[in-house]
Amino acid sequence: MIKEPTPQEIEAGKIYATMGMSDGEFQMVKDILGRLPNYTELGLFSVMWSEHCSYKNSKVLLRGFPTKGERVLQGPGEGAGIVDIGDGQAVVFKIESHNHPSAVEPFQAAATGVGGIVRDVFSMGARPIASLNSLRFGELDNARTKYLFTEVVAGIASYGNSLGVPTVGGEIYFDPCYAGNPLCNAMCVGLINHEDIQKGVARGEGNTVMYVGADTGRDGIHGATFASEELTEETEKQRPDVQAGDPYLEKLLLEACLEVVKHPALVGIQDMGAAGLISSSCEMASKAGMGMEMYLDQVPQRDAGMTPYEMMLSESQERMLLVIEKGREDEIRQIFARYGLVAVDVGKVTSDKYMRLFHKGQVVAEVPADALASQAPEYNKPRREAEYYKEFQQIEAKLAPIADYNATLLALLRQPSIASKQWAYQQFDYQVRTSTVVPPGSDAAVVRVKGKNKALAMTTDCNSRYVYLDPFVGGQIAVAESARNIVASGGKPLAVTDNLNFGSPENPEIFWQMEQSIKGISDACLVLDTPVIGGNVSMYNERSGKAIYPTPTIGMVGLVEDLAHITTQHFKADGDLIYIIGETKPEYGGSELQKMQLQGEIEGRPPVIDMQVEKASQDAMLAAIKAGLVASAHDISEGGAAVALAEALFTQADAKLGADVDMALADHAMLFAESQSRFVLSVKPANQGAFEGLVPAAKLVGKVNASGQLKVAVNGVAALTLDVKMMQESWEMAIPCLLKSEE
Amino acid sequence: MKFAIIIFPGTSCEEDVLHAVQGAGHQAEYVWHSEASPTALDTYDAVILPGGASHGNYLRSGSMAAQANIIPALHKANEAGKPILGICNGFQILTEAGLLPGGFLPNESMRFICKPTEIKVENAATTFTNKYAQGQTITLPIAHAHGNYYADDTTLAELQANNQIIFTYNQNPNGSQKNIAGITNKAGNILGLMPHPERAVDKLLGSEDGLGLFKSIN
Repeated sequence: MIKEPTPQEIEAGKIYATMGMSDGEFQMVKDILGRLPNYTELGLFSVMWSEHCSYKNSKVLLRGFPTKGERVLQGPGEGAGIVDIGDGQAVVFKIESHNHPSAVEPFQAAATGVGGIVRDVFSMGARPIASLNSLRFGELDNARTKYLFTEVVAGIASYGNSLGVPTVGGEIYFDPCYAGNPLCNAMCVGLINHEDIQKGVARGEGNTVMYVGADTGRDGIHGATFASEELTEETEKQRPDVQAGDPYLEKLLLEACLEVVKHPALVGIQDMGAAGLISSSCEMASKAGMGMEMYLDQVPQRDAGMTPYEMMLSESQERMLLVIEKGREDEIRQIFARYGLVAVDVGKVTSDKYMRLFHKGQVVAEVPADALASQAPEYNKPRREAEYYKEFQQIEAKLAPIADYNATLLALLRQPSIASKQWAYQQFDYQVRTSTVVPPGSDAAVVRVKGKNKALAMTTDCNSRYVYLDPFVGGQIAVAESARNIVASGGKPLAVTDNLNFGSPENPEIFWQMEQSIKGISDACLVLDTPVIGGNVSMYNERSGKAIYPTPTIGMVGLVEDLAHITTQHFKADGDLIYIIGETKPEYGGSELQKMQLQGEIEGRPPVIDMQVEKASQDAMLAAIKAGLVASAHDISEGGAAVALAEALFTQADAKLGADVDMALADHAMLFAESQSRFVLSVKPANQGAFEGLVPAAKLVGKVNASGQLKVAVNGVAALTLDVKMMQESWEMAIPCLLKSEE
Repeated sequence: MKFAIIIFPGTSCEEDVLHAVQGAGHQAEYVWHSEASPTALDTYDAVILPGGASHGNYLRSGSMAAQANIIPALHKANEAGKPILGICNGFQILTEAGLLPGGFLPNESMRFICKPTEIKVENAATTFTNKYAQGQTITLPIAHAHGNYYADDTTLAELQANNQIIFTYNQNPNGSQKNIAGITNKAGNILGLMPHPERAVDKLLGSEDGLGLFKSIN
């Protein structure tokens, strides 16, 4: 065992700097304690004050989010946010990143990402009913990216499928900006009865602190700090620091905890996530205005000779911390024992607001709980409008002339970000719990609430190219598009969880990106009445000094009030009328077409968005669905109207349906424009009058037919004619082909 | 009829099976894997081993569950000729417990596969398939990583000779020998199948084709 440095050595040798702590922060610690911290205490402060745990750099911006709403039962600050869905029930959800580990050990990182977010949801007392993933990789043109993609998908499958929580959707994007720093964001959605809602609090002096789950090992020590630094060649070597997951243990914990949360002796419960034992314990104490004594010799340990520092900072997976009414520990222990789990008393709640750690008969750390949990320094980093942004605002997006519209549409359908993700989704058990009404592949996934005539629609979305070109507008669009997905599926958008993935906040231009996109998200959330109920911040997503595009991923859940409202994007029957809601403009900045023409580069301005127009489009769409007038509905997004029309014809068993469409546009290329606030939908002929009466702004553009072909004309002039079966094959085979090709 | 649905640590399809069994007009109760009494299943008319990942599928799918305390009672139920149905992981457990022949390899693709598949009813004259027509094609979802059924040639020949191959895939998704999706024991009272009939009992979710299986058991 390495000898720990003394408090004097820590100060003299600036050892705190190696833990990511600044001189100023070290001084704050000295002031709080009135003395020098020892090595264990320094470790506690360094992880609890890391960006990952304290949001010290982002807090100043996060305060701008609208977090309140009529239905919000729990906003940011707990394991997950909670929204009322009527009938005494509520939906619990949150998104969280496992980006940095994914670049190092993709399988385990993705697996434990699922595990962590599922624990966040069941620690609130909710039954996890669905998972989604938002994944971003470099282009599939090199062995490394193929490896990362394949392993991340396999990791999610391995963990999620074992838990019996269906993985119902999400998104997968490919762009060169993620080549060195992939993004792996996992979202979990749970269902709860109001009376079962739990909080992570350590109330009641003398109550017992219990530990249950995996033994504590040396894995993941300083994981939170790792996540708060840039990736370099050096961090690649930190592979052993990434934790390994045990989905079987998680499944046992899940079932046992859902039994325990109904037991009256339970006071509080929290997952040991980032910064493990210390974050869960001091947060529970701080939230209750209490302190805690912990007896570290009792902590189940995987290795002999673990130090207090290692035990408190370990990020071993599948561990929960509980506070139990004194004297009733055995009642709780019996429940866990039925699942083969051993719950151990590791401490007690105190009233002096101190975290006091005992090891081998000595007090090894004595620190105010609030200082760790809620008194981290806050920074207001300098920000500066990005140079590239000023330039892009002046540029009209160039577009190379399109010679062959058939070839262009086929090429767009083969772009990996547009192409079918079936290769990945087929590896996820999306059906377990027999509630998945709309599986992965439509606008939003829809999961029914058993025993009720209602369902939840859920999606994740962010077009980071738009956010890069204009962070404010891109932030607005991320929310608007998520809501459009929910609405097209028949749901009313309820609330948002966000995963803010950015580069280094030390760079003023990146901090500006973050500020602007948060403002854009907030603006859109206010208009659409979807408060932000929680989320996660992941910064320092850079590789060798090059940052990812700013990627504030939006996770959104909506309520489908009647199962009859559930709608998919696919055309249903020969003779149905095709309409488009929303105006198409010559907007190509950040589009798939531009990226394809410029070999991965983008420039100019993203599509404009008027949130009032957006709201009106969505309200009209949802009203028509609720009136029972809509056969199919699809958000128009990447690749524009042409791609949306093609997608509406896919996944038919026999590829018999086709469509004949004529759009009035200033230019043929606008078939691929990515203008916002648009839907393509179909209506049975019998409903034509009623639909047009309800949504007068919708333009009739064509008809579904039985030709098996997509024919699109512009102003009466034929633009493209393609066989549906052939298009679908291009779209379906694109990703499998890229994975199979050599380099 | 009263069904026992056995829950092993890691089982996850018990609620789905309960819903399907009740939908077919039967009663059902959960029975915990640790029940050590050989009479634990005596009060039930039929037994179901649902899917999931018992014991995390560590070591080999179903191998640890096959050593559970409840297994002697399961053998006793078999000796009494009660219908026993193993779905997905339940099928794997039945082979590991020696109640059905053969075993399982990883899918040929080496990846987990979740999708609806077309299944042919090869034998409609069984306890489990009498509500289907001989040769009928039904659509049932599969969701497994180790569904590649394997048995030696002698066993396969016996299965064929005794009409024990009950379900086959129209398009083999996982490499199973003889396209096998489901088999019975020789006596015909035990069925194991990899597809999930309990996930196909509701039009809202795309297919009701699985309902016939639960209605057949009477």
